[in-house]
Amino acid sequence: MAVGLDKIEPGKIIEKEHLIVEGMDISGHWNRMFEQRVIWDYDVDKLEKVAALPGGESLNWCYGCAKCTAVCPVDIVGDYSPRKIHRKTQMGIDLFSSPDLWLCTTCMNCLRVCPKEVNMINIMPAVREQAVLEGYVPAELQKAFEDTAKHGNPLGQPQRKRADWIKKAGVPVPIIKDLKRPVDILWYVGSYPSYHPRGIDAASAAARIFNALGIDFGILGIEEKDDGDSQRLAGEKGLFEMLAEENIATFGKYEFNRMVVTGPHEFNAFKNEYPKLGADFKVFHYTRFLVEHLDKLKPLLKKPINLKVTFHDPCYLGRHNGEYEAPRELLRAIPGIELVEMGRCRENGYCCGGGGGGMWLDSFSKEHTTMRLSERRVREAAEYGADVLAVCCPFEVSRFEDAAKSTGNDKLMVKDILELLDESMRG
Amino acid sequence: MNIIVPIKQIPNLTDELEINSDGTNLDHDALQYVLNEFDEHAIEEAVLTKESAGDAVRSAVTVIGVDTTGELDSVLHTALAKGADKVAKISGDFPRGTDSHTQAKLIADAIKNMSPDIVMTGVQAADDRDGQIGPMIAAHLGLPYVGVVTSVAAKDGKAVVHKEYAGGVMAEFEVTLPMVVGVQAAHQPPRYAPVSKIRQIAKTAKVDDISGGDPVGSGSNVRKMFKPESAGHAEMWDGDPAEVAEKIVGMIREKGLLK
Amino acid sequence: MGNDILVLAEHLNGKVSDISFEMIGKAKELAQKFGGKAIAILMGSGVKSLAESLGADSVLYVDDPALAQFNPEAYSRALAAVIKDRAPRVVMIGNTSMGMDVGAWLSVSTELPLIAYVNGLAIEGSTLVATSQIYGGKIQAEAIPNGESCLVSCLAGAFPVGAGLAPALVPAQSVEQIASPVPLNDLKVKFIKLIEPEKGDVDITQQPILVSIGRGIGGQENIELAQELASALGCAVSSSRPITDAGWLPKTRQVGKSGLTVKPKIYLALGISGAPEHLEGMRGAELIIAVNTDAKAPIFDVAHYGATCDMLDLIPALTEKIKG
Repeated sequence: MAVGLDKIEPGKIIEKEHLIVEGMDISGHWNRMFEQRVIWDYDVDKLEKVAALPGGESLNWCYGCAKCTAVCPVDIVGDYSPRKIHRKTQMGIDLFSSPDLWLCTTCMNCLRVCPKEVNMINIMPAVREQAVLEGYVPAELQKAFEDTAKHGNPLGQPQRKRADWIKKAGVPVPIIKDLKRPVDILWYVGSYPSYHPRGIDAASAAARIFNALGIDFGILGIEEKDDGDSQRLAGEKGLFEMLAEENIATFGKYEFNRMVVTGPHEFNAFKNEYPKLGADFKVFHYTRFLVEHLDKLKPLLKKPINLKVTFHDPCYLGRHNGEYEAPRELLRAIPGIELVEMGRCRENGYCCGGGGGGMWLDSFSKEHTTMRLSERRVREAAEYGADVLAVCCPFEVSRFEDAAKSTGNDKLMVKDILELLDESMRG
Repeated sequence: MNIIVPIKQIPNLTDELEINSDGTNLDHDALQYVLNEFDEHAIEEAVLTKESAGDAVRSAVTVIGVDTTGELDSVLHTALAKGADKVAKISGDFPRGTDSHTQAKLIADAIKNMSPDIVMTGVQAADDRDGQIGPMIAAHLGLPYVGVVTSVAAKDGKAVVHKEYAGGVMAEFEVTLPMVVGVQAAHQPPRYAPVSKIRQIAKTAKVDDISGGDPVGSGSNVRKMFKPESAGHAEMWDGDPAEVAEKIVGMIREKGLLK
Repeated sequence: MGNDILVLAEHLNGKVSDISFEMIGKAKELAQKFGGKAIAILMGSGVKSLAESLGADSVLYVDDPALAQFNPEAYSRALAAVIKDRAPRVVMIGNTSMGMDVGAWLSVSTELPLIAYVNGLAIEGSTLVATSQIYGGKIQAEAIPNGESCLVSCLAGAFPVGAGLAPALVPAQSVEQIASPVPLNDLKVKFIKLIEPEKGDVDITQQPILVSIGRGIGGQENIELAQELASALGCAVSSSRPITDAGWLPKTRQVGKSGLTVKPKIYLALGISGAPEHLEGMRGAELIIAVNTDAKAPIFDVAHYGATCDMLDLIPALTEKIKG
C-alpha cells in the first residue's frame, strides 16, 4: 500500500474500475484520485511534537519542493530525504520511534539547497535527544555512547592508552604536560587517530610532518577526551556537554597559541560548538594549517607519487565549514599526483555515512538502505578511474577501505592526505 | 515492593594504584573513584525486580551509600536515571577507603526504619578488605542473607533466589522476606543511562542527606600495603606479534596439539 | 580466649571442597604455634565419613537432614553459637560463595574482626598477621587484628591442600558429633534445589586448548577474531567474567570462580588481567601462555610464558601461522 493510503477514508478515493484515455488503459489505481482535502484533515500531532522541540521548529516550514530529495545521499541508497520525513510526519508517522530518525548523517546537503531553510542539523539532534531519553536507541549506537561516557572515546579503549600510539610514530611526540612550557600548537589528535590502527597511521604521518617542519607542538596525551560532537548530533547532548566541559577545562590548563585538529568533526566542535560553552581559542584543521606551511613543505615532498587521486570532501570540513581548497592544495603539491574530481564533489560532495552518529550505526543503516553510503562513494571513485581515494577525516579511512573490499574494488587505495604527504616526504 | 540498594564507591582499577608515603594505604586522593561494578548489577536487578513486581504504585527502589568522595551525588543521579525512585547519601567524616564495617553500620542505621522488603547490594567490592557489606547489614538488621545471587524473583512475601557455587552449579533458595541479597550479576547487563538524562535529573533531583554516626572501624590495622611481586614466574617473550605467534605455535606443536 | 583454630569445612554434592583441606592444613600449623588445636566443623546430613576425611586435630560435625545442603542462615547461626561456646583464637572460613555468606555476617554478630581475601597467614610472637589480596589482585595488605581473636576468610588456592587431608589413622575420639547449636525448624532461608550448569554448545572443561579472552578484546566485534583462532586450532573460546556479563559469550564459556574450572593442556589467556576469581578457575592448566599489554597484570604471576603485545595484533598473526 502506498504510504499513508490507510489514512484516507475510502469514500474520498475516486477510482474508475475501467478507464481508457486516448487509447491508454488506465484502469483501477492508475487513475486513482482523491477528493480535495485541507491539510488539517490529518492529525498533525506528530508533526507538532517535532516542531515544538527547540531545534525542531523548521520541519514545519517545508513546502514540499523536494530539492533536498535530489541531493540527499541517503535517498540515493534508500527511500529518504527531509521532504519525505516531513510528509510522513505530517501524515501521522511518529519520527521518534521510526528507523528514519537514525538514517540522517547530518551531511547538510539538504540545507544547502532548501529555500525554506528546513534544518535537519537542528531537527535530528533535537528529536534524537528525546528518543535517547526515552530509551529508543539502536543498540550499536548506545554502545558507542556508553563507551564514550566510560572511557572518553567511542571505541571503548582504555583512557590510559590514549597516547600509546606515539610509540609507533618514530619521531618525538611531546605531551604538553611533560613539556611544562607554552607551545605554539596544541595538536588535538582525536579518538580514531589515537586508537584505530588506520587512524594511528595518519596520526603518525602527521607527527612526522610536524617534526619535519619544525613545528613547536604538544598533544594532551591521556588527558585528551573525545570531542563528543557526533554524539551530540546522534542525540546524546548531555554526553557532549560533559565532554566539552572536561575538554575545555583541560585546554585551559595549558598555554598555546593555536590548536590544530586531525578531524573535521573535532574542527566543527571546537570552532562552532565549544565557544557556546565558553571556549576561546583559534582552531585549524590540519589541511589549512599545512597549507600555511606549504613553502616549507613543498621542498620536502621529494618522491613523486604517480597515481590518479580523487578527493572526498568531508561534510564537516566542506559544507559545514566552507573549506574546499586546502586539501586540494596539499594534494596538488605532491609531485606526480594527477587529481581528478568526482561528479559529486565540493558543495555537492557525497557523504561517507559516518557523520551524525552514522559511524556507530553501520549495521542499522545497512539494514534500512540498499547499500552503505561509503559503498556508493567508493563505486563513484572507481568509476572515475582513481587509484587512490584521498581523505582527510579519520572516520573515512576505515569506512572506505571496508567499502572498497565489500564492493570488489580492492585495487582502490584509501589514504589520508597526511599519509600521502608523508610518503612523498620520506622518499 | 520496597527495595533498598546500598552501594559503595571504589577506586577505578584500570588506574595505576599508588601506595601512600607511609605504605599503609592507597594514595586515595590521586585516584578516580567509580561505582563498584557489582553494585551496578545490584541497581539493575533491583529495577528489574521492581518492574516485574507489577506493583508500580507501592514499589520503590532507594539507592543509598556513604559519601566517601564528595562525589556520590553524580552516582546517585545516574541511579535515578536508571530507574531508581529515591536516593540518599550518608555524610560525615568518612574519607575515601572507609572500611566496610563502618559503611555497613552507617547504612544499616540509616535504613532500619525504612522497612525494606529486599536489600540488594553488590556481592563484594574490590576494597572489601574487612569483608562485604551485604552480610554485615543483614546481621545488623537481623535479616537473612544470601549472596553470589544471579537472579531474584519476589512474590507474596517470599523471594526465590539463585546462588552460584564454583563450577557453575547453582542453588535455589526460597527466602521469607525481608532479606538481604548480595548480587553477583543482574539477569541482564546493566542498562545505559543517557548523560542527557543524568544531567536533566541532576538539576532537580533531591538527594536525602543523612548525617552518619561514628565510624566503628574495621577491627584490624593495616601495617603494610604493597604491590605483589609482578615478576611471577612467567618467562616473558619480547618481539612483535608475529614473533610471539611463532613461539606460541612452537609450544602448541611441542604438546602435539597442532592439527 | 582459647588457642584453637576453628575451620568451617565446605562440601557440595558429597565432596569436601579443596578449600577446606587447604585451610585445615594451615590451621594445624597455626594451632601448633599457638599451643592449641585445629578444629574443623562440618555440617550436613549423613556426613560422618566426610567428617572423618578431614585431617584436623579434632572434627565436630552436625548431622541433620535440614543441613543436607548449604544454608547460609543455618551455617551462620550455628557457627556463631559454636564460636561463643568454644572461643577459638582464629576462625577460618573460605572466601568462597558459601564462606562469603557467613564470614561478614559472623563478624558483626560475634563482634570479632574479619580479615577477608586472605592469601597469607603468619604468627609473629603471639600476633597473627593476615595478608589480604585486594583491589582485584593488584594490592597486598598485611593486617593485624585488634584484640586476640579474629575471623579470616581465605582465598582458594592460597595454601597447599595436602596437609589438610586425613592421615591414614585418625584417632577416633577426635571426630565428634554434636547437636545443632540452633533450632533448624524455623529457618527463613529454605533450600529448594541444585541446578547443574548447562553444558551448552561446547564443554570448555573438556578442551585440550582454550583460547580465553578478557576485557582486552575491546569490543563484541572482535569476538569473531578469537573464534577464528579457536577454529583454526580445533578448540573453543572461553573467557573471563566481564565478557559473559556483557553477553558477548554465553555463560557456559566463563572460566573462574563463578564459572567453570578448567584444566586444559594449553590455556591461552589473551587480554585477561587475571583477577583472583579468574585465576581460581584456570591455575590448574598444564601450560599457561598470557598475552596482555599491561606488563604488571597479575595473570603473568600464574602464566608460564607471557608477552606484552596487543592481543588484537597477535590473534590474526597466530591464526595465519596455524592455518599455515
